[in-house]
Formats: sequence, C-alpha cells, structure tokens
Amino acid sequence: MQLSEQALLRAYRQMKLIREFEERIQREIMLGQIPGFTHIYSGQEANAVGVCEHLSDKDYIVSTHRGHGHCIAKGCDVKGMMKELFGSSDGLCKGRGGSMHVADISKGMLGANGIVGGGPPISVGAALACKMRGDGGVSVSFSGDGSTNQGTTFEAMNMAVVLDVPQVFVFEDNGYAENTGSSFSTGCDDIAVRSSSFGFPVFSADGTDFFDVYDKAAEAIEHARSGKGPAGVYTKVDRFYGHFVGDPEGYRAKGETEYLKEHKCCLKNFRARTLEAELLKAEQLDALDEDVMAEIEASVVASREAPRHDGSLVEEDVYASYA
Amino acid sequence: MPDKTMRDALNEALHHEFERDPTTFAIGEDIAGGRGGTGELDCTGGVFGVTRGLLTKFGEERVLDTPISESAIVGAASGAALAGMRPVAEIMFSSFIGVCMDQIINQMAKFRYMFGGKSKCPVVVRFVCGAGMSAAAQHSHTNYQMMTSVPGLKVVVPSNAYDAKGLLISAIRDDDPVLFFEHMLLFQTSCEVPDEAYEIPFGEAAMPREGDDATVVAFSNMVNVCANAIDSLAEKGITCDLIDPRTTSPLDEETILESVEATGRLIVVDESPPRCGLTADIAAMVAQKAFGALKAPIQQVTAPHTPVPFAPELERAYLPDAEKVKAAIEATLA
Repeated sequence: MQLSEQALLRAYRQMKLIREFEERIQREIMLGQIPGFTHIYSGQEANAVGVCEHLSDKDYIVSTHRGHGHCIAKGCDVKGMMKELFGSSDGLCKGRGGSMHVADISKGMLGANGIVGGGPPISVGAALACKMRGDGGVSVSFSGDGSTNQGTTFEAMNMAVVLDVPQVFVFEDNGYAENTGSSFSTGCDDIAVRSSSFGFPVFSADGTDFFDVYDKAAEAIEHARSGKGPAGVYTKVDRFYGHFVGDPEGYRAKGETEYLKEHKCCLKNFRARTLEAELLKAEQLDALDEDVMAEIEASVVASREAPRHDGSLVEEDVYASYA
Repeated sequence: MPDKTMRDALNEALHHEFERDPTTFAIGEDIAGGRGGTGELDCTGGVFGVTRGLLTKFGEERVLDTPISESAIVGAASGAALAGMRPVAEIMFSSFIGVCMDQIINQMAKFRYMFGGKSKCPVVVRFVCGAGMSAAAQHSHTNYQMMTSVPGLKVVVPSNAYDAKGLLISAIRDDDPVLFFEHMLLFQTSCEVPDEAYEIPFGEAAMPREGDDATVVAFSNMVNVCANAIDSLAEKGITCDLIDPRTTSPLDEETILESVEATGRLIVVDESPPRCGLTADIAAMVAQKAFGALKAPIQQVTAPHTPVPFAPELERAYLPDAEKVKAAIEATLA
C-alpha cells in the first residue's frame, strides 16, 4: 500500500516519538524521577504505529503493561503521559495509575494493563459496543506472546467469533514472556495458526518492518470494520531491553540486544527504505528527529515542574457517585 | 546465629523441604527463568529471587517454569496435590490472584469438604503482596484478608525472616491448601535465622513487644510499622503488647483475648482496605468475647476503601504508618 509523503512523515514521527519517550524515561528512572515498575517498548514501535495509523478516535484499543507505545500511537498526550509517569497530580490519570495504567477514553485508549491477558476480553466488549451502536468502529487488543497463553485470551478469541464483533487481536511476539523464551512457554509452533483455529483470519507480519505491519493491519482492520467479524495480526518482533527497567537480563545471550538495536531497528529500517526509494529526504527525517527531541525535552521539563499530590485526594474517584 | 534476609530464609526453607521430601516440586512463572532464552538458566529465581538455585540443585523435573497462565498453574498444583504430590506454586504478585480465583476458592479450598474428608490437597501457593514500591493498583494489594474469609484455606502472613522460614516449612508439610503471602518490602529485611529446618505451628501468635497499656494486633509488614510506633511511645511512658498472629487462618484468638483482658484496650492494624477485613473481624471477636474488659472503643487502622494509588505521595497517604498507629493507641488512652 503506497502512503502519501504526509502519511510517511507522520508514521515516522510517531515511531520516533515512542522511541525517544522510552529512551528518556529510562534516564529519568535512573535519576529517581519516575517510581514504580516500568516496561519499555523500544524496538516494537512499528507494531503500535502500523496498526493505530488505521484507527481514529471512534475506534478502541486496549494495551498491556508494556503500553506506552500503544498509548502514544493512539493519540494520548505525551506531556500528560510523562507527567503521569512522574506521579504528578496533573498527569493523564492524575498520578493514580502510573506507567502500567495509562488511559485516555476520549482517544479510545482503554488502558494499559497490569494483568497479562487482562485486555483481550475488555477489547471484545468495546467491539461489541461498536457493533451495537453501528458506528463503524473497531476495537484492537494488543497482547504479547505471553498473553496468548492465558485463558482469558482464548475465551476472548472464541467469544469474538460467537458474538461476531469487529475485534482485531494483535499479538506482538517479542520472544520473551517476562524472563522465559516464548519458544518454551508457547506450546504451538505458530501463534498465528493457533489463533486462526478459533475461526478468524490472522495475518502474519515482520514486526520490525513498519510497511509490513501497516499492510497486514489494513487487511485485518478492514475485515473487522466491514462486518466480517474478528481478525488477527501476528508479528515477530524484538524488545531492545529487559522485561522491566532494572532487569539484569541473564536469560539473554550477551550482545543480543546490541545486535538487535543495530540490525532489527524499525526506525533505521524505515529510514533506509524511504530514502532508497526516494520517498523522503534525509533532511525531512532529521528535522522530525529534532522536533521529537524537543517535544520529549519539553514534556520532561513540564513534568519536573508539575504539581504534586499532598495525599489529601487519595479517596477521590473510587466511584462516580457516592449517594 | 547468622543474620539472613527473608529472601534467603525462604530460599533455605525450600531447599530443606525439597531435600527432605521427593514429592515436593515448584511451579510458576520465571521461578527459574531463562527457559527458551538465549542466556543462562536459573537466572531469575522468581520475581524477588526466592526460588533461585532450586533448578540447578533439583533439576527441571521438580522446578517447573510455566507459561503466564495463573489458572493453570494453581489448578495443576492442586490437581497434583490431590494425586499425591506436594507442590509449591508461585503466583508472583498477589493481585494476580484475580486471574486464578476459581481454582483457589471453588476448587482447592473445597475439595476436602465436598469429597467427604476423603481427599487432602497439600498445596502451597506463594504470593508477593503489599504496597510501598509505587507498583500501582494491579501489583500492590494484600489480598490475604479476602482469602481469610474462604473456608478450607490456611493463610500465612510472615512479618520477618525467622518466622517466614519456619512458617514456609510448616506450610509445605501441612496437608491442607496454604496461601503464603510475602510482603514486597520484607525481602531485604533480615534477622537471626537458624541454618537448620524448623517448624512454626499455625494459629500460634508471636508477641514481639510486651506492655501494659494497650494491645496492638498487626499483620505482615504492619507488625514492623507498629513496633516502631510502640517504641516511640516509650518516652511517654506508654507500653503495649504487640501481637503478630502470623497466620490469619487459623487465628490465635486466645493470645489476643488474654492480652486484651490485661490491657483493656485494642488497636488492630492492617494495610488492607477496611471493609469486611481482618481488623473488623478481630474487633468483632474481641467485642463479643471480651467486652467487659474494654476500657475504650476499639481502634482500627487500615488503608482507605480505595485501590492502591501510584503516586508516592498518594501511596504514603494510603498506607498506615507509625504516626497513624501512635494516634490510634493514644486515642484509646485518652
């Protein structure tokens, strides 16, 4: 599928924005600015962006503990997200949720999720809402390879077929379910084949290649949006860092992540492809790089100065009403 | 006697029992780590390192890394227990109990009763519980107070390394399902722990402080918070019994009642939300059985009725601390 120059630039900027957000928060964690458990999406940006470029605010996504990329790709405000990770009362979720619970319902982003496999059933429900309203919306659940082994994911796949809802299951296989290789923890040879046995088409893509993900996601989303029921996208991809920030990564061979950053980088891949085909100019991409760095820097400066909680609002927002 | 961290004390308990009883085995996510990876095996030992070294010592047949499948982990462990094994399962963070709730509350807890006492299910399920690391709403709950309400389960909440080792050994040797909750702030805390194996019986409270003016009952890490609060009241001449029940089911009612009979004042402290919880349970028990001894209203110190918040300032407001405990003790003396 040929994208316009404007669409190419937008896709690159989104991927770069995710990458630099993730690189910067690792530094801020080391500086003690960001508390809690944080999971980094670097290396997987082509998946979030390749899928979400087909979606609008009327469509829904649910995400995972490794959710920053999906949030940004779906349009969550980067400054609000950064403030959230800093624990500011001015964060996107008022500092109540943090890294694993970023959400923005107005953007159709129904939340990162701290529970592996927590998301797919919720996404099926959002797809059901789209179908009942007949508004043409679709819902996409992002899951890792780990999530594909949860009963909740199996139940969601079956129910999406039974209820015939516009649901897209995106499975990003980054090779590791936490500290265990997916080749060990997943009993089948091919997650796409296993998923498709539930009764919907699953399109496999190279998750380090934006264009491949974009094209396969287009097919899956069109299938769901046109009323043919659920569909899936399975991608093989690599995470550049540990399960969480601070993970010693003893389960990976020495030099593995360095190799991946050099040879499996979706940003490098995108740049090389678009320059070689003369679709974009290096100066255009360089300008976007600078633009993104400035946006990330501004979000960190704003987060450092953002208001903090004093503890008085700890009991707010448990319920919508207290009658 | 050497000082050991709670992590090492728990690890020792597992080694003792795995050597003693060939029917024991461990099952859970990343309890060894590295299966299917490109690096080292046994590099993780569970999310806080408690099971480290078990794979190397006891082999892949008894130390089973699994997919992320909590229902299947707990169900397989209790099925193996019904079939004669003695598994020690790990469910990482206790919030994930939500994923495997059926296997715990409808299956393992009820087998013996439903089967007319003809079965036993000697399974231990270990969890990391509690707040204090900004791990937010799906990685920070206590959950043990909910599980205490389920007949058929035994529930263990150690507050220090010594108790943790003895209680885990008892849990593994017990013939009933035992849920074992390890507070995330305690893994690095240490105290004297013997090298040899020893049991601490269930339903037998410890009393880490003794005093005359009030009785403080607390669970898990709140025992340490309360000890600090009580120590800081010494300068005002106030002394308290501090009771650590160590197991919430069975519960050592006798030690609590004896203490309240002597002091006439009760403060119950837990970091769970307040409704239908342990503090209310113990307050009701004392009100019913020792009403005549009470000289002041019972005080409960708990987290508020909210999920656990992320921002550190909110999490501090959420958690009971020494100041809140001191205020509650002084309120009973006012």
